[in-house]
Amino acid sequence: MYYVDPHIHMVSRTTDDYETLAKMGCVAMSEPAFWAGYDRGSVDGFRDYFRQLTETEPKRAAQFGIQHFTWLCINAKEAEDVQLSREVIAMIPEFLDCPNVLGIGEIGLNKNTKNEATVFLEHLELAVRTNQQILIHTPHLEDKFQGTRMILDMLVGDSRIDPSRVLVDHVEEHTIDLVLERGFWAGMTLYPISKCTPQRAADMIEKYGPERLMANSAGDWGPSKPTAIPDLILELRRRGHSEAAIGEVVYDNPVKFFSQSRRFDFIRPEQRNVRDQIELS
Amino acid sequence: MTRSAREVLEQEFLQVRAKTLEIAAFFDRLHAAEVSDIDHSQLDLLEQGCRILSDDKHDKAARVQLLFSRAYEADWREKFSL
Ligand SMILES: [Zn+2]
Repeated sequence: MYYVDPHIHMVSRTTDDYETLAKMGCVAMSEPAFWAGYDRGSVDGFRDYFRQLTETEPKRAAQFGIQHFTWLCINAKEAEDVQLSREVIAMIPEFLDCPNVLGIGEIGLNKNTKNEATVFLEHLELAVRTNQQILIHTPHLEDKFQGTRMILDMLVGDSRIDPSRVLVDHVEEHTIDLVLERGFWAGMTLYPISKCTPQRAADMIEKYGPERLMANSAGDWGPSKPTAIPDLILELRRRGHSEAAIGEVVYDNPVKFFSQSRRFDFIRPEQRNVRDQIELS
Repeated sequence: MTRSAREVLEQEFLQVRAKTLEIAAFFDRLHAAEVSDIDHSQLDLLEQGCRILSDDKHDKAARVQLLFSRAYEADWREKFSL
C-alpha cells in the first residue's frame, strides 16, 4: 500500500532508512523543523538547518522515489530564548519560496511557559502574514493536556486562522476530540515509549472515524521507529478494515491537507517515473 | 468497530495477560526494595491508574491520560499577560 508520512524527522535518519521506507510503500513525507538534540547557538545554525531541510533531504529522498516536503520554524524547546527566536522568525521568509516548503511548523509548546507562548504567537503572525499552512507540536506526557488547551486557545482566539489549514500533531486519547471538534486536522504520532502505539491509534480511528485524522512516525532523535505507519496499516488490516478505509488515513488525508499549500507539487505514484526523479536529484 | 467483543478478547487476551503481569511484578519489585525514599505522589498516581482499569466506567485510556496530566487553567493568558 502507498502511504505518506506527514511528520518524520529524516535529518536524524540514515539513507538506509529512506530505502526501507520506499520499499514499504512510502511515496512522500513532510519533515517539520524541530530540535536537533542540542540547543543551537545562533540564527546561522538555523539557516544551515533550513538549507539541509530544503536542499539536502529532498535529494536524499528522491534517490528512492520519495517526495520530501518540509515546514520551517524555531521549535518550542528552543523558543525559551525569545531573542534568538525572533531572529529566526525574521530569517524564515528567506526560505518560504523553496519548492518543498509547505508552511510554518512544528510550532507549539514544550513546558507551557510564557516565553514559549510568546514565540508561538509570533509564529502565528508570520504564518498569517505570509498565508502559510501551520503544523503544530503539542507537548508530551503530563504537559500535553494543558499545552494542547493553551495552543487551541491561541489558535481559536485569532479569527484570521482557518482551522482547516492547521494540523495539530501528537494527539492522544485525552486531546483528540478537543482538536477535531474545533475543525482542525489531527495527527497521531506512533512511538515506542511515550505517545501512541499502533493499537491505540487504531482505537482512535475506530472511535472518531477517518475524517481529518492522520498518523505519523516522528522518527526523531529519541527511540522511534520510522516504519511505524506500516505497523498501523498491519494492525488495521488485522482488525478487518478495508484497504480503502486504511488508505484514507495514511494516504488520502495527508495529500488532501497538504494540497492546500501552493508548494505541494505532489505526483501520484501511478503518474511517476522514479528514474526521472532520481536523475533530477 | 470491525470486531466483536469476543474477537477482541480472544485476539488480545495473551498480550493483556502479559501486561497485567508486568504491572504486578513492578509492584512486587517496588515493595521488595527500600520503600522509604520514594516519591509517594508518583506511587499514588499509579495506584489510582490501576483503580481506573478495574472500575465500571468507560473511556479508561482518556481518564488514565487525564490522571497523569497537569491541570489546565482557563485564565492562563491573563496570568502571562499575553
Ligand atoms: Zn516532530
